[in-house]
Amino acid sequence: MKRPGLASTLVKIVLLCLLDAVAVWGVIILGSRGSYALLGFLAVGTLLLNFVSLSKRAYPLRYLLPGLIFLFGMVVYPIVYTVYISTTNTQTGHILTKDQVVTQLESRTYQPPDGLHFASTVFQDEDGQLVVILSDDAGAMLVAEELEFLPLAADDPRLERDGEGRIVAVGDHVLLEGLAVFSVLSELETRRYTYGTTYLQLSGIEEFREVVPLYAFDEGRNVLVDLRSGVEYTPVEGTFTAPDGSVVEPGFRVNVGARNYTDILSDEGIRSDFVRVFTWTIIWALLSVVFSFALGLGLAMLLNDPYIRGRFFYRSVLIVPYAIPAFISALVWLGLFNTEAGAINRILQDLFGAAGKVPWLQDPIWAKAMLIFVNTWLTFPYMMIISLGALQSIPGGIYEAARIDGANGFQRLTRITLPLLLVSTAPLLIGSFAFTFNNFTVVFLMTGGRPPVLGAATPAGATDILISWTYRIAFQGVRGNQLALASAIAVIIFVIIATISAINFRFTKALEEVHRGV
Amino acid sequence: MYRRHGWLGLIVRHGLIWLAIAFALFPVVWIVSASINPTNSLQTQQLIPPNPTLAHYKTLFTDPNVPFLQWLLNTIKVSGITAIGTVILCAIGAYAFSRFRFTGRRTGLLGLLLVQMFPQMLAMVAIYLLLLAISEYLPAFGLNTHPGLIVVYLGGAMGFNTWFMKGYFDTIPRSLEESAMVDGATPFRAFVRIIIPLARPILAVVLIIQFITAYGEYILASILLRGTRMYTLSVGLRFFTQEAYSRRWGTFAAAAILGAILILLIFLPLQRMIISGLTGGAVKE
Repeated sequence: MKRPGLASTLVKIVLLCLLDAVAVWGVIILGSRGSYALLGFLAVGTLLLNFVSLSKRAYPLRYLLPGLIFLFGMVVYPIVYTVYISTTNTQTGHILTKDQVVTQLESRTYQPPDGLHFASTVFQDEDGQLVVILSDDAGAMLVAEELEFLPLAADDPRLERDGEGRIVAVGDHVLLEGLAVFSVLSELETRRYTYGTTYLQLSGIEEFREVVPLYAFDEGRNVLVDLRSGVEYTPVEGTFTAPDGSVVEPGFRVNVGARNYTDILSDEGIRSDFVRVFTWTIIWALLSVVFSFALGLGLAMLLNDPYIRGRFFYRSVLIVPYAIPAFISALVWLGLFNTEAGAINRILQDLFGAAGKVPWLQDPIWAKAMLIFVNTWLTFPYMMIISLGALQSIPGGIYEAARIDGANGFQRLTRITLPLLLVSTAPLLIGSFAFTFNNFTVVFLMTGGRPPVLGAATPAGATDILISWTYRIAFQGVRGNQLALASAIAVIIFVIIATISAINFRFTKALEEVHRGV
Repeated sequence: MYRRHGWLGLIVRHGLIWLAIAFALFPVVWIVSASINPTNSLQTQQLIPPNPTLAHYKTLFTDPNVPFLQWLLNTIKVSGITAIGTVILCAIGAYAFSRFRFTGRRTGLLGLLLVQMFPQMLAMVAIYLLLLAISEYLPAFGLNTHPGLIVVYLGGAMGFNTWFMKGYFDTIPRSLEESAMVDGATPFRAFVRIIIPLARPILAVVLIIQFITAYGEYILASILLRGTRMYTLSVGLRFFTQEAYSRRWGTFAAAAILGAILILLIFLPLQRMIISGLTGGAVKE
């Protein structure tokens, strides 16, 4: 191996130094905001990058690292994170961590009735910078140019007064009067000024009042104290709760162990939804594969016939449904299946009169039939192509031998073609099953899981499959986003898919390839 | 297994095939007809339009309420960058797995095999929360951004494609690079100058499949993109069919055709190559 030149080594080291400087800066920022997960990711990533760039032993990692960063960041970490979320109570009202919620609550304030109060005047310069001057009943004055009030002497040289002794300007800042005050009120309102150890905040158009923190969190006793009333809130399942049952919003994220999983198994409502959705998911995937394979295989056998002319043309036309992006086809079919005005019902009504008005989207059975029909349309070309490939790989000699032994056409099909075909297409069929099992696009775009099921405990419609159910629980729930429950279901789907894939490995050489060590 | 057919047999066979073609093209014919039909309603569409018009296509490009062009450009941008990024990152990784011998290589390969069977969209909640957190520190890569979506897609594409390319690289004889390295080339130089040109077919397959996959991706895009102008075609097209097919059927039809035509133009001429790529891995469709 050639030794790298001095120049390229120098460039490398300079680039690394710059990168490390940025990383250190990032670590400091993240550390100060208490975001330790991201901090860890950044720190480990940077160390790894240094090691990989400098160590000779890690040479192969230089090639692997770029891809690994994406793989870890967007697949492995999300998988681990999904498992973690599934053991928490994460949902609307419980999104933040306890630390984040405590910080948020501790920044809430109230005005004590006997607190300080001041009359205020506001000044503004040409850049829009604001200066506030406060005066109390005794006439003592305070000034704030930034977010802190400091004492102001009445004879301060920056002050300009008019004939009546009113202050009309502070340095470049000019007094705001009348309506001009209103234009800056919304900005002033959000500011919290410090004054010594206490806080001052705008409380009226020309008035500032002392505000004090409403809550204090007692780390040692793990209670949140309401400083105004003295009520103590203890955390109960991610919500600060008082002895009388009243709570402080928002709640926070806590670990609940396996409760989301036991809910799926033991909660009457969720379990019955799960069983119904799971059953339909299996039926949906199985029937889609069976119908599209049957149709695809039949066409493949017709097109494999050397005595049929125009086979290339036929094949190219028949592949069109597979070449159109599924989201487009699904939406087009949805229009055609429209109950009132769709082309399909218009044709059916021409043929069968009023009975031809089929409630495709309103009736659970018809909606399911429609989905399987459309998915068959989407997938049969794929099945046709893989069947064609498999048919062509069956040696013709076997058929000759069978014919000589007196086998008829049907026997040749069931004894030779199908068994040999299934051996070579089985992994693809299982793969197709696994894909259809999670085919969110078709189900979600066409029915969105509808029609709804009366009395369902979760947003689970009649045509929801597991993945679309997960999506709706996570992002479309009536009672907010139940992210933790959705994650638990995702983990269950993963276990199912992993099982299917494990079976599939037996059919493929993928594992052998790993062990052979090529 | 086939014998010459009589004329009856031929008619039956061609008849069956034409029946299948009618089934395959049924929605295509209707949507093409709808796109040139002057009526914009599902109800009054006739299969053979009385006065064909291109007005619906014009609407797509001129009506500011239909940001179709924006969606199409967004989609091409996101899919294109994802596809190119996937090819580069996976080729580099696959080369290391194929050519270098290092500790942890076998574990790495096994890990890759396991990770790639996990459909990334199952982790949608985690990905959403992750991007929500990233938004706070690096808004350019957070929620509702195209770079964020591209990074997510890239992560999802790594496992399978690295594995897939490694298989192809294994079939390229090593003697070619070895002679180059004897002449003083670094491994990286040998990779760029020798492997890459030889592996062009697999690079093209991954590029195209990844482009088509990202083009049609719906679930993650719908979770991560919020603003109408940020939408990709899959999210956007649904958005404007939601209102009412009956009022915008013609406009939708024109959009569907333009959206599909790009992929059809890529897919049909290259179908053999793409299908060999889709089935060659055999683990994932």
